[in-house]
Amino acid sequence: MSTLKGIAASAGIAIGRVYIYRPDDVILDLESHDSVSVEEKLKAISLATESVHHQVKALHAHMEEQGKSKEAEIFSAYEMFLDDPTLQEAMERYVREGYSAAAAVHRAYEDSVQLMDNLADAYFRERAKDIRDVGDRVVRALLGMPKADLRALPYPAIVVARDLAPADTASVDRENVLGFVTEQGSTTSHTAILAQALGLPAVVGLGTALADVDEHARLGVDGAAGTVVLDPTPEERATLEEGARALAAEQELLTQYKDKEAVLGNGKRIEVSADIGGPGDVATALRFGADGVGLYRTEFLFLDRDSPPTEEEQVEAYRSVLTAFGSRPVIIRTLDIGGDKQIPYLHLPAEANPFLGVRATRLGLRRPTLFKTQLRAILRASTAGTTRIMYPMIAVAEEIEQANLLLQSVRKELDAEDIPYDHDLEVGVMVEIPSAALDAERLADRVDFFSIGTNDLTQYTFAADRTNRDLNYLYQPLHPAVLFLIRMTIEAAHSHGKWAGICGELAGAPQAIPVLIAMGIDQLSMSSAKIPRAKQIILSL
Amino acid sequence: MTARTLTVHNKTGLHARPATLFVQTAARFKSKIEVTREGRTVDTKNILGVLSLGAGKNSVIEVEAEGADESAALDALETLLTTGIGQEE
Repeated sequence: MSTLKGIAASAGIAIGRVYIYRPDDVILDLESHDSVSVEEKLKAISLATESVHHQVKALHAHMEEQGKSKEAEIFSAYEMFLDDPTLQEAMERYVREGYSAAAAVHRAYEDSVQLMDNLADAYFRERAKDIRDVGDRVVRALLGMPKADLRALPYPAIVVARDLAPADTASVDRENVLGFVTEQGSTTSHTAILAQALGLPAVVGLGTALADVDEHARLGVDGAAGTVVLDPTPEERATLEEGARALAAEQELLTQYKDKEAVLGNGKRIEVSADIGGPGDVATALRFGADGVGLYRTEFLFLDRDSPPTEEEQVEAYRSVLTAFGSRPVIIRTLDIGGDKQIPYLHLPAEANPFLGVRATRLGLRRPTLFKTQLRAILRASTAGTTRIMYPMIAVAEEIEQANLLLQSVRKELDAEDIPYDHDLEVGVMVEIPSAALDAERLADRVDFFSIGTNDLTQYTFAADRTNRDLNYLYQPLHPAVLFLIRMTIEAAHSHGKWAGICGELAGAPQAIPVLIAMGIDQLSMSSAKIPRAKQIILSL
Repeated sequence: MTARTLTVHNKTGLHARPATLFVQTAARFKSKIEVTREGRTVDTKNILGVLSLGAGKNSVIEVEAEGADESAALDALETLLTTGIGQEE
């Protein structure tokens, strides 16, 4: 019927009936004064606080049992709120002013909520909700009104709520909860975090669009798209179901192939690796079963900042990726930037043709301090895992020699300082300029491996900017001209006892994989999500 | 009395879990410990106070301790802050 757009909080697709979860709001007269003695009221508050302590401990234990210790930790904060001296002083003050116990508790907690609500940081504003939830529990304990929860739903349903507090989702009816839709919240809210932990779809921040919905309504939720369809038509249902099937198939592919090695009939193993942009992509790469990292784009470390990253910062980033992959190799590509990017601290002069200008290794060789700092950081991190270094955008053999000279001087520095590094790490180059492919025989002498960057190789072969729509017809990575260059590169590598891989869109393209394998490629690197399918294709050859 | 200026290195700053650890650590010491950010000072025993500083990533805070174990307390808190306590990976 109608599609509502909210914030995509947790991927997945669900269709089902609505279950409205509105834990009854306690209606409280905030002005209520009474003549109960101060001591009695304080005693009542302290007993109520004590009972909430027990509740929170139980919730904590329940989540720990379910193995969700990360989510459970929020309850340690809950317990500290209950013991917080500022809150206790505020409650006592309100009680002494004559407010009823419940009004005093509510007012004291709301004061803290206000304090947090005024902070600029979204993470801190989320905490305001936690404090409100704790206050609500104490008030309920005082009034003898139990808190509603999601432990048992009367039927399988999509939970519609204003917002969820961590305690709401601490014990969720796994049988019957199909997904979450909330009026408030953001991608960092508890609803999002918990829905992801439970593997359930969630759309948050829908506003009041569902205020009038009742429990007879049906919803279709697409958590990745952030959409909610109210009373889906048969066609909309079919689309959602198809999406769900595709997701399930993808999931099936993932479970079936993620831990498999991509071995060909002749026994040759193809390394199927991931392209990553930094430590933040590691978890995803591992989840999809990457055999390693074929392309770690280090330039993100250098963008959006006012000064170059320090050696320490770089060591930390590289080390964290290397540690996560352990014995699985990680190819760290040195800086690949040029005049098309705004990097104020590098003072790059404007160029008429930045893609044909001073970029990548060309830049590194002209800025040896910048380049050497990166090489030093990579070497220092290299002991944490299996490191490979790769120079991008090599056009001629001399560039490899110059880069290696810098690498050699960095090694000497480290030797002199007694700093350990992996002495046997492989050093390779990207082949993405036709001259490199055409001269691959000579280049192969100077490297341990080649990685063919098909995106740039294609655009440089056809001299056509791949972002120029009018030249779309010239972006043909499978054109014989490109395939010829790829084959030359692979053959040159093999004739020198070296190996060759591909990084670029082609590596993960189902129609290209058999062609690349037939040409003798040794490694394919692609975006993580494409790995299971690629392994399936390789194993079926 | 000992004071130290520290930088919060956690990705998300001193919010729920890191703040909880911070308060728990401070509570292990006998010294009175106060923390100041942008002119606001709170007692470290007070989690709401610590949270209400809104100390996000890279914010600078001043920690002041007074008591028999004041330098040990500051050392512990500094270690906590510089090693990125309680990070969501």
